Amino acid sequence: MTFNAAALLLLIAGLALIGWLAGRARSALLAGRTGAKLHSRPQYHGWYVALWLFAPAAIFLAVWSSVSPALITNSVLASDAAQNLPAFGFERGAILSDARNVAEGHQATVRIPAAAALVRPYADATHSYAWIGIAAMLALALAGGLYAFTRIRPDFRARTRVEKIVMALLLVASLVAILTTFGIVLSLLFESIRFFRLVPPTELLFGTHWAPTSGAPQDDTFGGIPLFWGTILIGAIIAMIVAIPIGMMTAVYLTQYAAPAVRRWVKPLLEILAGVPTVVYGYFAALTIAPALREFAVMLGIPNASTESALAAGIVMGVMIIPFVSSMADDSINAVPQAMRDGSLALGATPNETIRQVLIPAALPGVMGGILLAVSRAIGETMIVVMAAGLSANLTANPFASVTTVTAQIVKLLTGDQEFDSAKTLAAFALGLVLFLVTLLLNIVALRVVKKYREAYE
Amino acid sequence: MTPLTTTNDDLTITDPKMKAHGVDVFYGEKQAIKDVSIDVGTDLVTAFIGPSGCGKSTFLRSLNRMNDTVASARVTGRIELDGEDIYAPSMDVVQLRARVGMVFQKPNPFPKSIYDNVGYGPRIHGLAPAKADLDVIVERALVRAGLWDEVKDRLGESGTALSGGQQQRLCIARAIAVDPEVILMDEPCSALDPIATAKIEELIHELRGKYAIVIVTHNMQQAARVSQRTAFFHLGTLVEYGKTTDIFTNPRQERTKDYITGRYG
Repeated sequence: MTFNAAALLLLIAGLALIGWLAGRARSALLAGRTGAKLHSRPQYHGWYVALWLFAPAAIFLAVWSSVSPALITNSVLASDAAQNLPAFGFERGAILSDARNVAEGHQATVRIPAAAALVRPYADATHSYAWIGIAAMLALALAGGLYAFTRIRPDFRARTRVEKIVMALLLVASLVAILTTFGIVLSLLFESIRFFRLVPPTELLFGTHWAPTSGAPQDDTFGGIPLFWGTILIGAIIAMIVAIPIGMMTAVYLTQYAAPAVRRWVKPLLEILAGVPTVVYGYFAALTIAPALREFAVMLGIPNASTESALAAGIVMGVMIIPFVSSMADDSINAVPQAMRDGSLALGATPNETIRQVLIPAALPGVMGGILLAVSRAIGETMIVVMAAGLSANLTANPFASVTTVTAQIVKLLTGDQEFDSAKTLAAFALGLVLFLVTLLLNIVALRVVKKYREAYE
Repeated sequence: MTPLTTTNDDLTITDPKMKAHGVDVFYGEKQAIKDVSIDVGTDLVTAFIGPSGCGKSTFLRSLNRMNDTVASARVTGRIELDGEDIYAPSMDVVQLRARVGMVFQKPNPFPKSIYDNVGYGPRIHGLAPAKADLDVIVERALVRAGLWDEVKDRLGESGTALSGGQQQRLCIARAIAVDPEVILMDEPCSALDPIATAKIEELIHELRGKYAIVIVTHNMQQAARVSQRTAFFHLGTLVEYGKTTDIFTNPRQERTKDYITGRYG
């Protein structure tokens, strides 16, 4: 007997259906017998019973599925057979999971002899916790259903209650993403704290030498400045020099000059551009743009010209960001009231003067918000920089040289063989935390700016 | 059908600023204005009245070619400003709009300072070579619009921070600043309270003679108060055009009379 969440979900869904029918029938029956007018239609009474039956049991099911493995493992560890397990590490985990696989029937026999003694306790614990879980779930479902069922009376406001329950369910759904994000941040935070116990935060934030794999822990090896600079050079400088003018001009053309037919075609095309996988852009940057730029740089006689360059990654990233900038600018320009445009045209301004002196200044806060969001996306972008910008942490302003970014280094630190408690690996989490905080800040500022701007015209 | 009284013998518009002859306006397939002919006097305030959707605003917007901004709009017939066809290919629409200014239904100051709102037109038309010249133009326009005393100490503040009535007078000042010959007003008081409305009407009195003024209004009392000539539009046609006093006291057309007396509208 194992705890099969999917089957149990079906079971309570079936019970809920019965509850729905019963609730509906009872309310209709009550109304018929007493002759009173029902406050809510019978379906709502049905829904009320069904939701009370389903929701608490389903929530319990979700919680139980996530905590019961830990409970089972704990009880196995408490058993006598577990006392000769190795204390920590890989071997202990392997033995436990081997035993669990046999106990749950995923494999016929143990692969590690030491696991054999644990199969029995595992099977017992799994069995008993499954029963506990199923019993508790059914009890909850029946209790909920009965509670709702006994409350059915002709004047019972099932319709309003259903509305409230539905609202609560929607709230829970919207919390899932938020809570998940919160969990991710917490895990990032804990790993970062472990890193900062080994390496002081000041070194990561202000150190100028980045060589995490050099194996010389005394050196200034975790200096993040070259990475931060590379990130800013590519994401916030080069990419924006490309994306802002082109994106703005696209938006101006689409909102002010383009015929409706052109707009109908170009806008979706731009949105498709936003959906191209970044790895495709990465290929383009690495195989087409970067070699061309290198030849160009060599022709100009620029030293340190590399096949991997900040410029190649930045330009392609800028192209990738164009749809974001143009779509935000498009929205902002469209949000400027038509009256503003008419007022300017009626004074004898040309469309071009109107755009430059009235529309863009009026739309600027919204456009700025869009640009900040674009920057925040650009500095979090990974594939293009991994493929085109290189991995050498140079602190240089030469855009033809190879630089590296925070995201590219995270990839480098987390690929290949590693131990999860070395400073090298933990550094990836600390970098991730820094990146997260910076993009979070950018997004908050951007959303505030956009919101303030919207208020100005409402 | 009774003959339309379009241009009247006793109108005595000897020197018309604008002349429209046989004007039709279409929005796509729909005809919004049918065969309208009218002369606008140089020193007069002309009011366009009529029920909602009668085409009076549409016709007004064809006098400075603001209908050009509506992609589906098409104007046929002849409209002249000082004898010049404003729909001729040689007509510079930008210059035309500088000569024929417009004030809109809802005050629409730019999100700029009061000074820059008024200075916007003169700047783009190069009317003020130096800052001192612009100062003079801005002050004169604000004085004429009756707003100077209220804003002279805060010219740097945003035009959108003013009250509705002040905003509308700012928009009038903005139009005046480019020194137009005609000012078109499209229901300029419909978004204002009675006190602000009274101020705008007073202002129209003061501006009369300096500019040819055409005002669209759905408020008949307002037309009677501010204008010397009144044109009554109905269903896209010009039903009757004459001296304001005649239109309101002795209309020739049955439809005008019905509208004036509140039979429909």
